[in-house]
Amino acid sequence: MGSQGGFYQSKEFLDLVKSIGEARSKAEEDRIVLGEIETLKRRISEPDIPKRKMKEYIIRLVYVEMLGHDASFGYIHAVKMTHDNSLLVKRTGYLAVTLFLNEDHDLIILIVNTIQKDLTSDNYLVVCAALNAVCKLINEETIPAVLPLVVELLAHPKEAVRKKAIMALHRFYQKSPSSVSHLLSNFRKRLCDNDPGVMGATLCPLFELITIDVNSYKDLVMSFVSILKQVAERRLPKAYDYHQMPAPFIQIKLLKILALLGSGDKQASENMYAVVGDIFKKCDSSSNIGNAVLYECICCVSTIYSNPKLLEFAADAISRFLKSDSHNLKYMGIDALGRLIKISPEIAEQHQLAVIDCLEDPDDTLKRKTLELLYKMTKSTNVEVIVDRMIDYMININDNHYKTEIASRCVELAEQFAPSNQWFIQTMNKVFMHAGDLVNTKVAHNLMRLIAEGFGEDDDTDSQLRSSAVESYLHILGESKLPSVFLQVICWVLGEYGTADGKYSASYITGKLCDVAEAYSSDETVKAYAVTALTKIYAFEIAAGRKVDMLPECQSLMEEFLASHSTDLQQRAYELQAVIGLDAHAVESIMPSDANCEDIEVDKNLSFLTGYIQDSIENGAQPYIPENERSGMLKISNFRNQDHHETSAHSLRFEAYELPKQTVQSRIPLTSLASTEIVPVPEPIYVREIYQTTTVPSASSDAGSTELKLRLDGVQKKWGRQTHSPATSTSSSTSQKTDNGITQVDGSNTSNSRTLETYDSRKQQVEITPEKQKLAASLFGGSSKSEKKPATGHKISKPSSHIVERSHVRKSSLEIASEKKASIQPPPDLLDFGEPTVNSAAPSVDPFKELEGLLEPTTQVDSAENHGSTAAATKSPDIMGLYTETPAGIYNKDDSDILSGLSNPPVRNMLGGTRSMQVAQSSKGRNLKNSLEKDALVRQMGVTPSSPNPNLFKDLLG
Amino acid sequence: MIKAVMVMNTQGKTRLAKFYEYLSVEKQQELIRGVFAVLCSRAENVSNFIDAESIFGPDSCLVYKHFATLYFVFVFDSSENELAVLDLIQVFVETLDRCFKNVCELDIVFNYSKVHTILDEMIFGGQVVETSSSEIMKAVEEISKLEAASNAITLIPKSASGWRSR
Repeated sequence: MGSQGGFYQSKEFLDLVKSIGEARSKAEEDRIVLGEIETLKRRISEPDIPKRKMKEYIIRLVYVEMLGHDASFGYIHAVKMTHDNSLLVKRTGYLAVTLFLNEDHDLIILIVNTIQKDLTSDNYLVVCAALNAVCKLINEETIPAVLPLVVELLAHPKEAVRKKAIMALHRFYQKSPSSVSHLLSNFRKRLCDNDPGVMGATLCPLFELITIDVNSYKDLVMSFVSILKQVAERRLPKAYDYHQMPAPFIQIKLLKILALLGSGDKQASENMYAVVGDIFKKCDSSSNIGNAVLYECICCVSTIYSNPKLLEFAADAISRFLKSDSHNLKYMGIDALGRLIKISPEIAEQHQLAVIDCLEDPDDTLKRKTLELLYKMTKSTNVEVIVDRMIDYMININDNHYKTEIASRCVELAEQFAPSNQWFIQTMNKVFMHAGDLVNTKVAHNLMRLIAEGFGEDDDTDSQLRSSAVESYLHILGESKLPSVFLQVICWVLGEYGTADGKYSASYITGKLCDVAEAYSSDETVKAYAVTALTKIYAFEIAAGRKVDMLPECQSLMEEFLASHSTDLQQRAYELQAVIGLDAHAVESIMPSDANCEDIEVDKNLSFLTGYIQDSIENGAQPYIPENERSGMLKISNFRNQDHHETSAHSLRFEAYELPKQTVQSRIPLTSLASTEIVPVPEPIYVREIYQTTTVPSASSDAGSTELKLRLDGVQKKWGRQTHSPATSTSSSTSQKTDNGITQVDGSNTSNSRTLETYDSRKQQVEITPEKQKLAASLFGGSSKSEKKPATGHKISKPSSHIVERSHVRKSSLEIASEKKASIQPPPDLLDFGEPTVNSAAPSVDPFKELEGLLEPTTQVDSAENHGSTAAATKSPDIMGLYTETPAGIYNKDDSDILSGLSNPPVRNMLGGTRSMQVAQSSKGRNLKNSLEKDALVRQMGVTPSSPNPNLFKDLLG
Repeated sequence: MIKAVMVMNTQGKTRLAKFYEYLSVEKQQELIRGVFAVLCSRAENVSNFIDAESIFGPDSCLVYKHFATLYFVFVFDSSENELAVLDLIQVFVETLDRCFKNVCELDIVFNYSKVHTILDEMIFGGQVVETSSSEIMKAVEEISKLEAASNAITLIPKSASGWRSR
């Protein structure tokens, strides 16, 4: 068994695994594992255990810990094993410590020395094991101890070691960028390593470095491009082929890097067009990995300076993804679409049906991705449909994390694009009713502020907004159970604006408020909001000179609150009492009507009291002693003998106690909130801060809560006014869509076969159900449809322009060739991974030397560019050649054999006896018969499909 | 960056768990349970991707693949490509298959350290270092050979278990 990995374990371990496997419950499993731990504890501390036994114990410990039990008693033994001379034992020791310990563990100090020694070992496997430990166990403080050794290993003869040393260095960079900042040039150097594995590994740190600072790596653009070109041209060893793709993982990494480098940089991007376009053409879209590379190409194209031709390729690839049966590809397609619509928004339109299919797909992941896409493409024309969809989805899921996110997105979209006040208020009501407890309280406060401030257009619309809010809230209060946050908003709005437009009497509103306070008697925050709202209503009444009659239920409520355990409620109740006793003038000045948007200037120096103080001091009062001086006095008197440092720790606290934490286990963590509410300022900044600190610990599931907020600044607070086009174009689009004739006419104007593709997609649209059509129309609006015609025109003209471009390229390459003294010999390779025979005709310059020179940071940019561009230019004949001739023997027969063998491996019996492991990729085949039947059905129903191809219905009906 | 690699069977038993950022044992268990709960609820013919932000925090994606009795799960951030990770799982499984000649669940359980060795050759400190199945095999075989050699010199097998390993 040795060669197969070997059953190194003893019978005991076998039995352990077996009994755990047969355990029927978690409790039984725990019992077994605890027994095992006892055994191990006893055995492991016996003296003179043979190494082999010890190794097995450690493996068993790792196993036990993987099952979630504490194995810390054995850590020290694992550490000891790393000191061992035997490679096997040492590696096991390292494996165990990397799994057991973290970089701040106390035992690390015992390992650092061993690691140092092992990094200099002659046996490269020992070095590798040590490097592995370095990655996991070295922290910022211990980096200097191993750094020089790791740097030395970058030049190790074994490529496996070089690779790992690079990764270790990368890890150091992640942990403490400053510690290795002087060594970053090593990554550049390793890029020209002659082992493709090392080069590929180097791309990881470079990717990260470039993410952080693009500009200092712009000089590498040409090198990356030429590497990518060579990879795509299969210059790498066959071992890197994967499913007949040349080194796809390296291609993906390179495309990612190029995307970063080309973002917003026209010059750099132009250098990439050729190679990216080339990859688009070469990618095998039937394999998974081919699609992965394609997807990465799309990402790259959508980030770099845009190029119409590449965008076209990308659009084609996306439509292939979306039309695919595989959910994975659809997912990628939706994601890619989301990227591309930023550059060419019109592309979404041609895929509208696919998008809607995805939205209605049972696959949750796909649905979410689609909602994300819709979120990105929301405009004022389609906001209603999209937000409706989002709310529908939100209601139906249980995942609180995502519910929160989608709720805040709804709020954001509603705020940005709302077509009417009515709609806005209703949408917010829905969001709060269904996800009120999950929404960040800030969102609620922003809603209050929005209602208070209005949208800055004119007073009429603002007051309309308010009265429609009041109206709908009064209606909603009839619902049985409302989330606390929502109730707070309702109370606040009713208090401020309940009687503002004179539609409702004060007694009606106060009655409703009392009902709220009674119905939610366990929620102190809501009660506090209700009392304050009552105070406001009565204050406005008094100020308006009307007589105030307190409802009996309101009075009893007040009596209850006056004796409340909550000091906050008590205070509010007393305030209410006091306000009622005042005359109109006084009330007017303490509680002006609709003044919640006014800024209140707080005089922190309390200068208005100066006169009063002066008087008091003259009358013999003690002067005020500032807090810090006071505590100093106390210290001296109380702790005279103790040293200063200690006393400060023990001295009395004069600052206020922290705000009380939530006591009730209710959803709303805001007992503190009410206290700030007395001041009718809608959102003082400090309130917000308090909320944040109190909400965070309580909402444990809500990791991203701090990110959720309404974007109020910079948001276009105009609604009702449509910034985007559309009345006219919508009408034109509907006529186009419903009327077959028009699309047919469109089609008839050319016989060019290249336009066929576009017809197909359009014909599909003809046969869809009316609901879907409607949905599509509302989602994608007319805006895009109107561009249909020009798009077709473009498509038609495409072949000719393509030819022109091609011939141009050809011509230029010819020119270059002639410039090069008509030498047909292949240009020197920048980075040749292939066999030496390939470039036998190349000049005797070492290609790596050349590239190194190119990469040298000191090289002048000019010369580097020259160098690069000539290289690229001389390459161009090659590219053209590749279009026409594909080398016949380039596919590795062995590889495909292995893979086909893999996809259907022999069955092997398991412990349980019946189960087997199959390495097989499931692929859903097209069901032709099914779609034909459906086709027939459609015909029966009176719709005449204009296309004979039943596959078209696959997406729509299947 | 890859955040975690897990292998678990359809009953939720962990067969391999490797986290590339340190997490306490309890946290690891919690995550594994969370992942398993999500995997269980997935239907047959749906995508292999799951939005894992509610389990692993922001910027995390999960790709899984179901082989017979096992789920292979990779968790990673936005610097990786979902489809490519799916193929990375394929590479991993292909390598296991080559290594154990028709790998089955038990192989993974009993050759725990070897599976870790394979994984370490592929993913190092959270970064993908090697994606060629044959290169990984080469490295792993070399390790086994040298380990066996060093074993023979330093250890004199006495017990039955020692004998079995040959």
